[in-house]
Amino acid sequence: MASDPKVQITPEVVAKVARLARLNLTPEELVRTTEQLSGMLEHFHDIDQLDLSHVSPMPQPFPLKNILREDVVAPCLDRQEVLDSAPAAEDGRFRVPPTIGFDV
Amino acid sequence: MADSFASVVQLAADIRSGATTAAAVLEQHLARIDQREGEIHAFNLVLQDSARAAAARIDADIAAGKDCGPLAGVPIALKDNMCTRGVPTTCSSKILEGWKPPYDATVVTRLHQAGAVIVGKTNMDEFAMGSSTENSAFGPTRNPLDTSRVPGGSSGGSAAAVAAGFAAASLGSDTGGSIRQPAALCGVVGVKPTYGVVSRQGLVAFASSLDQIGPFSNNVADAALLLEVIAGHDPLDSTSIPQPAPQLQASLTQGVKGMRIGRVTDMPQGCEPEVLARLDAAFAALESAGATIVDVALPSLEFGLTAYYLIAPAEASSNLARYDGVRYGNRVGAADINAMYGATRSAGFGDEVKRRIMLGTYALSAGYYDAYYGKALKVRRLIADDFAKAYASCDVILTPTSPTVAFPIGAKSNDPLTMYLCDVFTIPTNLAGHAAMSVPFGTGAHSLPVGVQILAPSLGEVPMFRVAAELERAS
Repeated sequence: MASDPKVQITPEVVAKVARLARLNLTPEELVRTTEQLSGMLEHFHDIDQLDLSHVSPMPQPFPLKNILREDVVAPCLDRQEVLDSAPAAEDGRFRVPPTIGFDV
Repeated sequence: MADSFASVVQLAADIRSGATTAAAVLEQHLARIDQREGEIHAFNLVLQDSARAAAARIDADIAAGKDCGPLAGVPIALKDNMCTRGVPTTCSSKILEGWKPPYDATVVTRLHQAGAVIVGKTNMDEFAMGSSTENSAFGPTRNPLDTSRVPGGSSGGSAAAVAAGFAAASLGSDTGGSIRQPAALCGVVGVKPTYGVVSRQGLVAFASSLDQIGPFSNNVADAALLLEVIAGHDPLDSTSIPQPAPQLQASLTQGVKGMRIGRVTDMPQGCEPEVLARLDAAFAALESAGATIVDVALPSLEFGLTAYYLIAPAEASSNLARYDGVRYGNRVGAADINAMYGATRSAGFGDEVKRRIMLGTYALSAGYYDAYYGKALKVRRLIADDFAKAYASCDVILTPTSPTVAFPIGAKSNDPLTMYLCDVFTIPTNLAGHAAMSVPFGTGAHSLPVGVQILAPSLGEVPMFRVAAELERAS
């Protein structure tokens, strides 16, 4: 794995990240995004000077805990109202293009 | 400046007593919208018809002797990232254009219950990503005090709507300063409550561990009233703090005698001198009102920017994965589902949103996670620890809200990093989950308003409002 954080971000890496994020970048966008991400990541290395070896990560302001409630049926969203705002619906469901039978 | 408009508190009292009507108050606000909205563009949608119907209902109920709530008949604007049932909610993004939420956000329900009249949905940086409201798919909002300048962002439409008298108050959301910075730049009050004090249910998520809804108003008492209405536990938000809304009214008249006000000794550079002069004046005002000024160190403050611009995009890249052309808004058709995802997202998101999704996806991806996202979470802890140490010796901390006054439209839009620096004073609060607010305190360069920021620890809303009220008295 690329363990050196100062590794130069390349158009190939940016193209891979775009695929992961399901974004199609034009060749021009790819060049511009590579430049901008490089600039930002360079600035972000300011935190490398900090000694973080004994610091625990803080993903949330307050620790999350599971919250339970009584298993009582309550009103839920109106199905038709939800489907009315979808790009395509059929027989009470979301309609999507083919999801199998092609190369992912 | 902005306080030439009637306050929420006064309007509500006058409507309740029959001195005026909700309909008349609404028409005053709609008339101002008619007059200036063309140049300011505070709204994505003005809801004159439903607002008129709501005002008529309130007037009928009041005539019938009913108690319509503490905001009865008061016109309020909502940032366009808060879900309103059957009413378009766009986040100023093409990807959600035309989408009508099937439910109301909890804050919207609470405003309705309190009798508020919703006048419209306000413009914002797309998905709340920005500091100037220039990143809207529907065009920028202009600062009512100088229309060649930005109102700040991302809740720029909500700030401008209050500063221009289009609404008596408004709600915004604050992920890294998106309420406080536009409040400062538009000369109004803006509050970012403690994380978990206001329900996020129905707020379109940007960065879930940082987002918080709060009010904009023309004065401190109005902000306190609004916050009391929208705050309090909500079982529909699992991060909602299980306790009632803070009671803030009494704090407004308590003064600051005996309070300890923190002054940061190691402040980030880059502030305009006039902004620093107003901060000094704020300290002097509080000292002469009986507070003690205490020096505090926040050595990791300067690293907040980096932590934020790794954590917020990481969370955003995950939250915004839901815009896939299946359930909401726009779809760009394609032969298979992966091609449809890519085509829809590429056409629907603007440049800044794509940039942050890319940054966040990169920071979370295999091989880079530890170097970026993992490290940023540790810096977040350092910042929270610094605050904890500082609050051992003071009750609140004062800083500028924004390093500068409102800047010209276009001045920073080509350089994302320069734009990000706008948030240097506001970001640490969100990382720690604390409360903070911006209060107008005089003017700086070009006679534009300067905001002073009051930082308070978790659930420190009461001391925060005590100081805010004192600064308002002194300004």
